[in-house]
Amino acid sequence: MIDVKTTPVPAGGSAPATIAVRSWKAPIGFSAFVVIAAVLFIGLGRDGVTNFRLSTNSDLIQLPEIPLPALATGIVATAAMATITVYAFLRAREAKKIPLWVTTLFAVIFLTAFLTWAAAGATLPMIGLLAGALTVSTPLIFGSLGGVISERVGVVNIAIEGQLLSGAFVAALVASITGNPFAGLAGAMLAGALVSTILASFSIKYFVDQIIVGVVLNVLVIGLTSFLFSTLMSGNSAAFNAPARFERIAIPLLSEIPILGPILFRQSIIVYLMYIAVVAVWFALFKTRWGLRLRAVGEHPTAADTVGIKVRATRFWNVLLAGAIVGGGGAFFSLAAVGSFQKEMTNGAGFIALAAVIFGRWDPIRATLAALLFGFATNLQSTLSIVGSPVPSEFMLMLPYIVTIFAVAGLVGYSRPPAATGKPYITS
Amino acid sequence: MSDTNDNKATPDKPDQLSAAGTGPEAAAPATVTEAPAAAPAETQEAPRQNQIVKEIVGGSAMISLLAVVLALVFGGILIALTDPVVQQTATYFFARPGDMIGAIADAVGGAYAALFRGSVFNYLRADDFAAAIRPLTATLANATPLIAAGLGVALAFRVGLFNIGGRGQILIAAAAAGYVGAYVPLPPVIHLIVALVVGLIGGAIWGGIVGLLKARTGAHEVIVTIMLNYIAFYLISFLLRTPGALQAPGQSNPRSAPMLETAQFPKIAGDAYDLNLGFILVIVATIYVWYLLNRSAMGFQFRAVGENPHAARVAGINVKATYVKVMVIAGALVGLAGVQQALGNFTGGIAAGLDAGIGFDAITVALLGRSKPVGVFFAGILFGALKAGAVTMQAAEGIPVDIVLVVQSFIVLFIAAPPLVRSIFRLPTPDPNFHWRKPKLDRKAEVAK
Repeated sequence: MIDVKTTPVPAGGSAPATIAVRSWKAPIGFSAFVVIAAVLFIGLGRDGVTNFRLSTNSDLIQLPEIPLPALATGIVATAAMATITVYAFLRAREAKKIPLWVTTLFAVIFLTAFLTWAAAGATLPMIGLLAGALTVSTPLIFGSLGGVISERVGVVNIAIEGQLLSGAFVAALVASITGNPFAGLAGAMLAGALVSTILASFSIKYFVDQIIVGVVLNVLVIGLTSFLFSTLMSGNSAAFNAPARFERIAIPLLSEIPILGPILFRQSIIVYLMYIAVVAVWFALFKTRWGLRLRAVGEHPTAADTVGIKVRATRFWNVLLAGAIVGGGGAFFSLAAVGSFQKEMTNGAGFIALAAVIFGRWDPIRATLAALLFGFATNLQSTLSIVGSPVPSEFMLMLPYIVTIFAVAGLVGYSRPPAATGKPYITS
Repeated sequence: MSDTNDNKATPDKPDQLSAAGTGPEAAAPATVTEAPAAAPAETQEAPRQNQIVKEIVGGSAMISLLAVVLALVFGGILIALTDPVVQQTATYFFARPGDMIGAIADAVGGAYAALFRGSVFNYLRADDFAAAIRPLTATLANATPLIAAGLGVALAFRVGLFNIGGRGQILIAAAAAGYVGAYVPLPPVIHLIVALVVGLIGGAIWGGIVGLLKARTGAHEVIVTIMLNYIAFYLISFLLRTPGALQAPGQSNPRSAPMLETAQFPKIAGDAYDLNLGFILVIVATIYVWYLLNRSAMGFQFRAVGENPHAARVAGINVKATYVKVMVIAGALVGLAGVQQALGNFTGGIAAGLDAGIGFDAITVALLGRSKPVGVFFAGILFGALKAGAVTMQAAEGIPVDIVLVVQSFIVLFIAAPPLVRSIFRLPTPDPNFHWRKPKLDRKAEVAK
């Protein structure tokens, strides 16, 4: 394999018109997974049968459970993955790209085999697992959408964690006082925007380094919310920390679609808002004048300025908008997940969202998918710890962070941030 | 994140392909291949991140002082706003304004008096000098890990790297030192030294990963350090609940066995005080970093890369190697804080929460200390005092310790934004050409000749 790696990248210098780039990353990555699969699923194979339950008790249409014997599934899956890997090597030698569906198929086979292996001898409630993953991902998705907007316009947003936490705090406070969760949600968006105001004014007006401001804002919000929690909320939680919650709403008809219905359409309203937000941000960024200007400011502010776009104003208002989106996601913690505010309750979700932004290459759809993947890993960990699995939960929790390091190191894909992100626009 | 732009990402490629060729040709940015001869003459401007270094290091002590004052004022406002007596008197403010003003004075004055009692001198026990002076030693004990970690952050910062990874480096170092300290019985003195060295190596490795990734792939160190913090946290959590790794035998708590007597840092001011060997070690570390930065060839390279990596590369400095070197040393320095936590402060056994926010505090300490060793030392003592005093403040006045986080964040925000502080206090904008003594850049130019 080492020989393969050091092969010169361009295929000969004789044909400059069509420079074929051979990328061995994918087949080599696939091989690594095949090795892991062979070791885990066959070498350390486990006996027993895993039952995949595909419907909940309340469904109209009941699907039968799918039993998969752990060891046999492992062997079949490893063989299938090995076949795909060989195919990938052949494609790479012809300097052709590996189609996305092949990678997806590979991932699905690996995941199925992994689940069968990890939960051997137990029943896996797939609906609960996937619906839970979607729920866990919701704040991550809001956070990564805010991160994408902010970084696309040219301001690094390390403060996602702080915006989420401030959103969670204000949502609990406002929803408790008014008794209306929607008021809490609005308050959360304002709180996120407020944190963004500090980020925007320090970085755009005073040219303070955006990373320093972001890091400090996170701690400032932790300190402020914890201080106010102790002085205000904990002594009088009935008045200030007992918010009206967003309950789960099953959408008629849609929620009865087998498999998809219970996962996608039996969620709280924040999750439905998330669907809208993802589509809206994607559409606005790539299909509207606003989005074009936003991206121009983030990629080449001087050029944008030359054609008459107000660079600083664009940055300021879009960073505020990003903060509002993230803050709204923060309401998820106190109004949907827990039902009250707790100290430091976001617990690093903002940094996972940041990871999703990078892993999703600053694209709202890809970032959403990355956030879903990270949410799935988190929820899988809690499901598996109930079922009793051989994988230590800490390693599942570590996954998003490790994947991100691989992503920024360029080992998985190639992630390039917007060109002018992190740089203040200074005109002399 | 800003680093993987075209200017910086492209020169990485030629270096990777021909690792041996580190001459100016190989290192010259690929974007200027049309006119390679012109490249050394007009060096690229330093990246934004490195200009920040110049601003932070060159800032005046006056701004630092005013930033601390402003932050304390903001903290006071917060204390007053949340004080129940103040809230009560505010309801009849217009009838008897004196009541509310008196209540504010009581709340804020009482809080800061308690802060002073808990951090410097307990005047309530002035009859017993040994007891009255105990808060000061608590301050120094609290300051010890802050100074060590602050030095690590400051050193990386002088090279233009943000080391946000204090938490991870502390945890890994503490786990490494704690393992030796608790489970590897050795003769007295040797045990302490081995545990210390193993801990420092742990921190150095965790920091070195960051430098290596930065040098080899251009991965932004902020992202890598943040991610490594969480990886370290989960790794240590796993080891702490795994029998045979770090977990104490026969225990179900995620906690290690207590440190053996021979591995603990000895107390240096008698058993009545918390002050231990760690404080002497951080004094040594401060002197070492001062020597490294100001008197050694390596430190000169560090500062040159910090001022402008493009210029440093043209001058023949191996910038990539510098990134790795500085992160290894910075990791070891932050690791010293972890060792201090494991062998000095939490001798009853290490837990996953033992970093106690020091990783972040270190950033504030480094910024307040202007990333200079002596400045970091005194900034560490100031924050040590805040930490020690906050405990008394909570006990005596019922003010949550979280107020310290708020005050600290305000200090950093104000220090990072000198124009803001200047406009609040209506200070004049300093003349960039005015120098009390000979400008630093000139001195460097002489050395370079």
